[in-house]
Amino acid sequence: MNYSYTILILLLPVLIFLFIGLMGDKMKPQLSGLLGTSGLFVITLLSYFTAFNFFDHRVDESFQAIEVFQLLWLRFTDSLIIHIGILLDPLSVMMLVVITTVSLMVHIYSLGYMKGEKGFARYYAFLSLFTFSMLGLVLATNIFQMYIFWELVGVSSYLLIGFYYERPSAVAAAKKAFIVTRFADLGFLIGILILSFYTNTFDFIALTDLNGLAITQPTTAVFMGLSVTTWAMLLIFMGGAGKSAMFPLHIWLPDAMEGPTPVSALIHAATMVVAGVYLVARLFPLYSYTSPDSLEVIAYIGSFTSLFAAIIACTQLDIKRVLAFSTLSQIGYMMVALGVSGYGAEGLGYMASLFHLFTHAFFKALLFLGAGSVIHAVHSNLMTDMGGLKKYMPITHITFLIACLTIAGIPPLSGFFSKDEILVAAFEHNKIIFAVQWLVAGITAFYMFRLYFNIFWNHTPEYHHTPHESPATMTIPLIFLALASVFSGFVPFHDLVTSDGNPLHTEFHWMIAGPSILIAVIGISVAYMLYAKKNSKPESIATSLKGFYNMAYHKFYIDEVYLFITHKVIFYFISRPVAWFDRHIVDGTMNLIGNTTVYFSGAIKKMQSGQMQWYIWYFTSGVLLLVFLVMYLN
Amino acid sequence: MNWSTLSIMRLEVLLTFMVLYQLIADLSEKENKRSVIDFTIIFFTIITFIGFLPSENTTLFGSMYINDELRVFFKNILNVSTLIILLQSTGWLNKPENQSKTGAFYLLIFSTLIGMYFMISAGDFLMLYLGLELATLPLTILAAFDKNLRRSAEAGIKLLMSSAVSSAVLLFGLSLMYGVYGTLHFSEMALLTDASTLSIMALIFFMAGLGFKLSLVPFHLWTADVYEGSPMPVTSYFSVVSKGAALFTLALVLYRVFGSQPNVWTMAAYILSITTMVVGNLFALRQKNLKRFLAFSSITQAGFMMLGFVNSDALGMNTIVYFMLIYSLSNLAVFGVLSIVTNNTGKENMDDFNGFYSTNPRLSLIMLLALFSLAGIPPVAGFFGKFFLFTAAASKGFYILVFIAVLNATVSLYYYLLVIKAMFINKNETPIPNLPSTGYEKLALSMCFVGIVVIGFVSALYDYVMLVVG
Repeated sequence: MNYSYTILILLLPVLIFLFIGLMGDKMKPQLSGLLGTSGLFVITLLSYFTAFNFFDHRVDESFQAIEVFQLLWLRFTDSLIIHIGILLDPLSVMMLVVITTVSLMVHIYSLGYMKGEKGFARYYAFLSLFTFSMLGLVLATNIFQMYIFWELVGVSSYLLIGFYYERPSAVAAAKKAFIVTRFADLGFLIGILILSFYTNTFDFIALTDLNGLAITQPTTAVFMGLSVTTWAMLLIFMGGAGKSAMFPLHIWLPDAMEGPTPVSALIHAATMVVAGVYLVARLFPLYSYTSPDSLEVIAYIGSFTSLFAAIIACTQLDIKRVLAFSTLSQIGYMMVALGVSGYGAEGLGYMASLFHLFTHAFFKALLFLGAGSVIHAVHSNLMTDMGGLKKYMPITHITFLIACLTIAGIPPLSGFFSKDEILVAAFEHNKIIFAVQWLVAGITAFYMFRLYFNIFWNHTPEYHHTPHESPATMTIPLIFLALASVFSGFVPFHDLVTSDGNPLHTEFHWMIAGPSILIAVIGISVAYMLYAKKNSKPESIATSLKGFYNMAYHKFYIDEVYLFITHKVIFYFISRPVAWFDRHIVDGTMNLIGNTTVYFSGAIKKMQSGQMQWYIWYFTSGVLLLVFLVMYLN
Repeated sequence: MNWSTLSIMRLEVLLTFMVLYQLIADLSEKENKRSVIDFTIIFFTIITFIGFLPSENTTLFGSMYINDELRVFFKNILNVSTLIILLQSTGWLNKPENQSKTGAFYLLIFSTLIGMYFMISAGDFLMLYLGLELATLPLTILAAFDKNLRRSAEAGIKLLMSSAVSSAVLLFGLSLMYGVYGTLHFSEMALLTDASTLSIMALIFFMAGLGFKLSLVPFHLWTADVYEGSPMPVTSYFSVVSKGAALFTLALVLYRVFGSQPNVWTMAAYILSITTMVVGNLFALRQKNLKRFLAFSSITQAGFMMLGFVNSDALGMNTIVYFMLIYSLSNLAVFGVLSIVTNNTGKENMDDFNGFYSTNPRLSLIMLLALFSLAGIPPVAGFFGKFFLFTAAASKGFYILVFIAVLNATVSLYYYLLVIKAMFINKNETPIPNLPSTGYEKLALSMCFVGIVVIGFVSALYDYVMLVVG
């Protein structure tokens, strides 16, 4: 198979970005939107074509990773070589499909949602840049290339979150997202450096080769009681945790909802936030064979985050924030699945994690776009301003309901299958984690239907003008994504995307599925009782749990903890002394050097007198001096 | 002498035809020399392309003349630089007072270029000296080209006198070499080199002669006066082509002929590198005239080039050539912008550039990029050039030298930023108006722009340099 056309998948978006970015002001805004969307349509078709070709060609029952391009970019030394290339394997091809599909839907949806906004062309340029970075990230052949695109993703997400840059809150949110993920990336970078120092390679294929040196001969060096490899893998995971908003680096994601809603659907639901999951999956053999301890850490962090975020989601009033915390919680599931997974035939968790990533991308994008449609209609983010919308917005209502049922895990929708696999994998590995995830499934059903009933049922408030259904550019993506949410569960994922490329044998366990359906139904019923009609029960529950409710409503004060640490501790005890040192010692030294330089510069200016006789004198005496110096030193 | 000889010396032969053509074209009485300019540029573009055609690795005239891939590569770099200068000079040549001198200008430029080719291709010190003189004498006339300007005439005379002294020193060195080794042939000398007192003296004298063309301190004193006095295209030619040819020749002689005795010349390079960087920087700090400023900046850059010579392995030569390539493009970009400004307004002081960005954003951006490249700020090409040079020096354990070089790079950043500050930040009531530029000038600037941006990212080029240097 010749896959050289895949280069277009990377080139097109960056060309569109440059074109719209440079020419956008001179075109009609609508034209740049159409250009971006049609370009992405081509990219999507190319990705589907790639996926079709790739999954159609097995070699000896399994899929082989293919390096389509591998160009030498920088050669620092013989072992420190950096390549730029394109890697196709089940994981990256699956990600191609997810990213281009969701991105295309968001592009189409934005044609309606962002219509008439100032900076429409800029918006589409940024979307293209983001798509380019994300595609480059998943197609990277080595960690270094991935890191470059990783940072590009960070930048383009910063630009998109801060799209409404006149709003101080958007600027603050963009800054927060950038700084928090950047801080995490510091760990990532150190991890990369440690890993490559000991393995002498950046290349993914070489790193994850089961017979390769990285796995068969891991370094025996130990630092503070843990092996250096475990340190490296944990630091790399720190980068992933930052992008995937795992506790305690999750604080940027809820604020990032300041960006336009389609952006949230693209970046903060389906693509960028799963980069951490992708990263761990990409290096999975390395995690699995050389540092199982770090997988254990990943499982616990994932589990804790999913519970923690689910509880907060039950108390939030801003519908986008509910969805943001729900995203945290679902990514927690994916991390759990990776953490409890083994390799090869034991790789159920790995498969389940990516399966959930796949289905989650569709239903979470659908939820965000549906929420965007609602916000578009009522001009508010708060669920207290909504209610009774089901008769005004039938399409949004039905698709949103499908998405809620999917995330709650009701069969035969896709979320049921993927979540069920995760629960099975957790059950086989660790009963405590299984119990937590089972409970979170119930909470998820509850808060999603709390959201659903509050928006579409409950009492109808006084609307300024009657809400109406969104235009076709917005409802078509909703319908498409709803279909994807319903049917993506039937994709034979265990045959396609597995840890070692071989088909995985899976069984259906009623023992697990039964209780998980049961708790989902309980969650939905509780939500129905409390929120389907306006009543005082939610109030009284909140009052009776006052302390806990307040804590959860304020997101367990994690933001305040960060503020305290940065403002009171770091600024006062570290930054101030450093600033003093910088101002007096460093600047002083620099000024001294500067002044001395200027002094000497003045002192020797006579040398350039303009008189030939002196020039010749300097020349000849200089030569002689040089001769004597070299002879003396030799 | 047969046809294959001609095809090997094709660049020299074609350039000789160009010189003859200029002589004949100058005889015609036409007032408008524009067709001559067009023809010259087209013909020289063809010559540049011909330079890239594959050629045979061989020697001619009893190995007086050497042709190999590396030397052809050097000539190609000089060709491209000269082409850019020719493009830049069109604005200046079209001025009424210069129209009658068009032919003479081209004649002299091509004559010195032939001299430089012979310097590079020389297989014998006599041949090298011949090339050197052929390269220098037309340059003295070029420096005095604005003959009605006092400072231009002064530049010509100063260059003539100081190059006479440097030639004398160089020739003295050569005669000592002959005395020690009994031959001036490269291939024979390479087997005989030793580190006796006399041969140290001979080698240093030789290095001083080429160091004069490279403007290494203390052989640099002519530089500022000549750069300031010469017309802009000539200054540009001095700082890039003339310097490049001297650098390549020096590298060829040191690495290929004296390669087995590196101690002497690495030591000398060590000392010259420090003096050149430091003194060049100290003078550059005070300059208000941009041409003088660029003179000292180019002296500092020559100091950085000497840094590569302390590494006597192929890596050293490699990094020197790569650095020269990037330096050429960056410097040509600066001169390109400057020559558009001086042609139209006659201004060449730093203060004149205050508020330049508000009226000429594109030119300012190119200038910004070029100055960043000269200062070595990533990700523009200049960063990689400097980075590799420092690596080459550090890999031989010359950490103190690299430290001094880094300090100097920092100081140089200061004065490059001064220009940028003038263009972008300083306010000006009457900034230079928006300047028109001819298509040729635009083409020249675009070539530099692409080079500066792209070279750092295309590692294939560095690999190619590595391959050719061997």
